[in-house]
Amino acid sequence: MTDLYQSQRAMRRMRKQAMDRGVVAILDVGTAKIACLVLRFDGPGRLPAHEGVGSLAGQSSFRVIGAATTRSRGVQFGEIHAMQETERAIRTAVQAAQKMAGVRVDHVIACFSGARPRSYGLEGRIELTDSVVQEADVARVLAACDVPDIGPHREVLHAQPVNFAIDHRTGLMDPRGQTGNALMADMHLLTVEEQAVQNLAYCIKRCDLELAGLASSAYVSGISALVEDEQELGGACVDIGGGATSLSIFIKKHMIYADSVRIGGEHVTADISKGLQVPMHVAERLKTVHGGVVATGMDDREMIEIGGDTGDWEHDRRTVSRAELIGIMRPRVEEILEDVRQRLDAAGFEHLPAQQIVLTGGGSQIPGLDGLASRILGQQVRLGRPLRVQGLPQAAAGPAFASSVGLCLFAAHPQDEWWDFEMPADRLPARSLKRAIRWFRDNW
Amino acid sequence: MRRDPAPSRLAYRLERLWLRPLVRRAVRTGLPLVVAGAAAVWWASDPARVQTLRETAQEMRRTVEERPEFMVHLMAIDGASAELSRAVRETVPVDFPLSSFDLDLEAMRAEIETIDAVASAHLRIKPGGTLQVEIVEREPALIWRTVEGLMLVDAEGHPIAAAAARADWPELPLIAGEGANDAAAQALALFEAARPLSDRLRGLQRMGERRWDVVLTRGQRILLPEARPVAALERLIALDEARDLLDRDLTHVDLRLPGRPTLRLTADAMAELVRIRSLDTVGD
Repeated sequence: MTDLYQSQRAMRRMRKQAMDRGVVAILDVGTAKIACLVLRFDGPGRLPAHEGVGSLAGQSSFRVIGAATTRSRGVQFGEIHAMQETERAIRTAVQAAQKMAGVRVDHVIACFSGARPRSYGLEGRIELTDSVVQEADVARVLAACDVPDIGPHREVLHAQPVNFAIDHRTGLMDPRGQTGNALMADMHLLTVEEQAVQNLAYCIKRCDLELAGLASSAYVSGISALVEDEQELGGACVDIGGGATSLSIFIKKHMIYADSVRIGGEHVTADISKGLQVPMHVAERLKTVHGGVVATGMDDREMIEIGGDTGDWEHDRRTVSRAELIGIMRPRVEEILEDVRQRLDAAGFEHLPAQQIVLTGGGSQIPGLDGLASRILGQQVRLGRPLRVQGLPQAAAGPAFASSVGLCLFAAHPQDEWWDFEMPADRLPARSLKRAIRWFRDNW
Repeated sequence: MRRDPAPSRLAYRLERLWLRPLVRRAVRTGLPLVVAGAAAVWWASDPARVQTLRETAQEMRRTVEERPEFMVHLMAIDGASAELSRAVRETVPVDFPLSSFDLDLEAMRAEIETIDAVASAHLRIKPGGTLQVEIVEREPALIWRTVEGLMLVDAEGHPIAAAAARADWPELPLIAGEGANDAAAQALALFEAARPLSDRLRGLQRMGERRWDVVLTRGQRILLPEARPVAALERLIALDEARDLLDRDLTHVDLRLPGRPTLRLTADAMAELVRIRSLDTVGD
């Protein structure tokens, strides 16, 4: 645990350095595409407040100066499985974004969707020695959370305090300065497979970049696609990506649950490819141009040429009706949504005060998806697009870039995590100099 | 499927290196400067090439300078008498035609102003290739008799030229004595004051480079004081008008002590005076 604590703190330090330098890159390593955005931080207050433009949740403090997307290679289910290929794809994206921005970036904040995320709710309780809650007490209560057995070869990706309670008052955002006898904290712990994190870190290191932060794409697409009241009252963000569909549940502006379904848009494409016996890229084009999930009578008459270049006339002149295409796509989309439903049920989503479900990600652009989703997931379903951020090109404003934009917001306003607080002295190694210094500082 | 144009590791590294501002600046400005500097040094290492370059540059300069627009053909002298202009031409000998770049007007002006008769000179090159010399001549105001001979002096006491004879300049008042020209202004004021005596006035003599003597006909002298000589002279003239002082038989009127003017009589007059006085005493 200490090892992770150190590496996360190192990343946080790196992020601070990048902020000081003013330029940081965002890297969304997806199954279908790798997106790289270059952000420039100008510091707050560039826009005067009286013009009706507030801080916009920190969006006004940065600007996207470079954006590039490339087809992803070597990534399956949101996890890297061919390092060299992925490294080349990352290089392509980073170089193009750097070229557009005209500056060199050294720090990169990355997110990925796969690696089998697992959520844990943790609880900690301490008796307050001094009746006023200090920052050290917050650190102590977080350290007092009993960590479950997360299993071998797994690592903690997020460990966010989501709720504090003092005595019988709960739902506190920030307990510092309040008085009471006992402090309790709820923490949300998200663990992922160690191998995926290591592979990603290695790829980024091979590109001469410094990893300044890691996030789960479920979390970051949630912060960009859910509007404020959905985050506050309870909402789920379903990011239908290429190889994995990640979902996150938010309440009181904190993520309380995240999971991922290992089916995505590429599986739909693969189904079309198999069903119509066409290559993957033709299947992808058919899906994006003619695809849908709700067939009508009109679709029986709409014939699509699926083409081919075998030289066999019969084979190359095949046509298929749109209804057939929809017939191939729909079961897979339904499967995705059923799986999402299962995960939401397992997480107890129905107990939330509001149950807004927001579909985002590249897969959410299938026509008629919202109708199908409301049948499976419940009535409160909408399609979400990421927030607009300054300087983002129009091409990168679609739902497929929800996690990229969310990562920008995450970079500008990171959530406090467990490792942002000083480690309590009794957790440090018994003979360390740090412990002595801490003891000295606490007692004088 | 089309291949993605992924950059090679080396290309990627070079691109990132190129995005460093320092490297960029060094390559964009530093490298050309270094190359140009090195080329210049290599080129200048052979003296023959440098010599050729210098000669070519001089040649080009000459061709520009010797264009007809810049040539000066004649010198025109204004405001000087014929002999002075001859003297000026002798002082600054210029063989025309000549490029105006080769004329040092300032030096020529200094040269011309060393001529005694020139008060100031103004030189310029007029369009059309004329060197215009405008001269302000010194006006002779006094004639100064020295051991060497007669000298014309302007109102400021600056000697102009030697005069052959006093009769050539009858209208000029005469001064004499060492250092007389240094007090020319005072001398002119004295001559102005001595206008009532003009028919008897021969000139002024500087005594010991500090005061004036007014020399009149019949060997009479008026010894003026060092301070305020004009006032003393005016007083004497008033006395003369009242009592005909200067018509009497005396040789010197000494006004050097302002409170005590003294007369020096001729020997005859003195004897006469003694005789008259003795008569008086005898008469008593």
